[in-house]
Amino acid sequence: MSITYVDAIREAQEHLLKEDPRVFLYGQDIANFGGAFKATKGLAEAYPGRVLDSPISEDAMIGMAIGAAVDGMRPIVEMQFADFSSVAFNQIVNQAGTHYYRTGVPVPITVRLPSGGTPGSGPFHSQSMEAIYSHYPGIVVVTPATVSDAYHMLIQAVELDDPVVYCEHKFLYRWLKANSINGDGLPLGRARITRPGKHATIVAYSAMVHEAVRAADRLKVESGWDIEVVDLRTVKPLDMDTVLASVARTGRLLALGEAFPWGGVTAEVVARVVSQGFHLLDAPPKRLNSRDTPVPYHPNLWAAHRPTPETICLAMRELLSF
Amino acid sequence: MGVSNDQASNWEREQARRVFLAMLKARQLETKLSSLYKAGKIVGGVYLGKGQEAVSGSLGCSLVQGRDVFAPLIRDQAGRTGFGEDIMDCARTYLGSSLGPMRGRDGNIHRGRPKEGMLAMISHLGAQVPMVTGVLLSRRLKGVLEGTVGATCVGDGATSTGAFHEGLNAAAVEKLPLVVVVANNQFAYSTPNDRQFACADLLDRAKGYGVGAHSVDGTDFLDCVRGIGEAVRQAREGNGPQMVVARLLRLSGHGEHDDGSYVPDTLRAGHVGRDCMAVAAEQMVTEGYATEEEIAAWREEVTDEIQRVLAVAQQDPVPDPWHEEWEAFSNNLSTTSGA
Repeated sequence: MSITYVDAIREAQEHLLKEDPRVFLYGQDIANFGGAFKATKGLAEAYPGRVLDSPISEDAMIGMAIGAAVDGMRPIVEMQFADFSSVAFNQIVNQAGTHYYRTGVPVPITVRLPSGGTPGSGPFHSQSMEAIYSHYPGIVVVTPATVSDAYHMLIQAVELDDPVVYCEHKFLYRWLKANSINGDGLPLGRARITRPGKHATIVAYSAMVHEAVRAADRLKVESGWDIEVVDLRTVKPLDMDTVLASVARTGRLLALGEAFPWGGVTAEVVARVVSQGFHLLDAPPKRLNSRDTPVPYHPNLWAAHRPTPETICLAMRELLSF
Repeated sequence: MGVSNDQASNWEREQARRVFLAMLKARQLETKLSSLYKAGKIVGGVYLGKGQEAVSGSLGCSLVQGRDVFAPLIRDQAGRTGFGEDIMDCARTYLGSSLGPMRGRDGNIHRGRPKEGMLAMISHLGAQVPMVTGVLLSRRLKGVLEGTVGATCVGDGATSTGAFHEGLNAAAVEKLPLVVVVANNQFAYSTPNDRQFACADLLDRAKGYGVGAHSVDGTDFLDCVRGIGEAVRQAREGNGPQMVVARLLRLSGHGEHDDGSYVPDTLRAGHVGRDCMAVAAEQMVTEGYATEEEIAAWREEVTDEIQRVLAVAQQDPVPDPWHEEWEAFSNNLSTTSGA
């Protein structure tokens, strides 16, 4: 029996609907249709009245979720694609993000963002939005990279009293499988050492964790390097303890992400490591992100737009040869 | 309606008295706040509801605190008071007191007590429309919607926003008891209606959304009491969202920093330029809902109360950055290195 990443997301929502009467799901095409990616398949039938189709109104979807959350519910909003959350940007950052600080009343909404690129998806169905929401105070941003994290972190997100932007990677939906959803019990806000090593650290998150592991395996076979891969899991707040401890062991850092290169999670990781752990570094830390263009449509262009095991290996060789 | 004429007129008398008192408090409080602002005692800005008290107060007094939800906007002091907000909350928020509901973290009209059904507006117009709708959806999911109303106010300008459209449309799809009161005060800051929308009447939009439509003369106190009361009743009785458009004029600038010189004198001198406070006082007496002596006594009581409240709020402790928690999360996820 194997379970995919998107199955885990569906299972987590079923678990939440079953266990917590405060939970309801709101999003486009999520009821009888089961969602564009089938992450809510069968849930409307099993939980009548609690899985609701929304109009194509991202602002209203989040605004309504905020109102319901303030009234004691635990809404999960599915954005059909992370890209479309830009329409709800104001509600997420200005209404949800400021509410606890201003009023003392937390806003326990979970916003699911089907994120990241897949071949052929083009500029408006491929974006990674984690950095932009992390920039604003008051919003937790998580980026599960494994089947078990997809399951457990969604449940933890809904249990949390604060707004959570849950970035689920579309490329992992059906490709990533596991034998079970049993996890290691890590809480939100904690990173994980996915692959221990000693010569350099790659800090990654979401789908890039898997590309980092592929690159690390290749570097081991080709040159005998032992590369440590840290999966951030949560990008806001950042678990700098785990990152700095890894850099302390290896002395070298590559911050790896699929999002656009200007600013963002990788820039934040490098800035913090340099500022808090300059003395730990044996080489200038590196960043590797997508190219600074919209995400292209054609698979050839798309594959060269995002970091790949090849470009990661190249960056790592530069890092290791310093 | 199965209500006798006697009951109806009794309701109107009581409602008119409540609305009038809320209007009186709002007008006097805001006049004082304006003075404090001009004296440099209030930072940021002061935003008056002058000329909109009849509309706002009629809405606030039609709602029941503890059951209904209300998301007021910037010119809703009368509605807030009518809903049951303590005027101390207003004074403390304007003065930045750490004892107020916003504790100096937000100011002026950006205040509320969400747990008591009064949402705290953000500055982005229309954003409260879906939020109130969400509270109502929550009530439906909990099975306690029956008899509840959610209300919010916007101006003519906010009707141009996506949030207004998305929120009202979503409420209509869900047939939720939302009341949106549009105070068409002719200007959004300085932008006149002819640069804001092209439909003949904002009320035309109600038909497009499939919601109930109500038009009131915002300068006419009794028309507001009746018309807005009716819209709230319609929503409460399960007839879905209701939209009220009130025609009036903002009798001040956008804020007290603005002299409103862009408002033509002809408009000020015309029907929409009537002061609803003066109209209200006259109608209260004419209808026999209050005597002139009663009104004079109310004025005095309100003056005393406001003086007392402002004296207290001005002596309140103010926030101390050294004791501020500087924490935007309610959870303890933040790691040792901060966010």
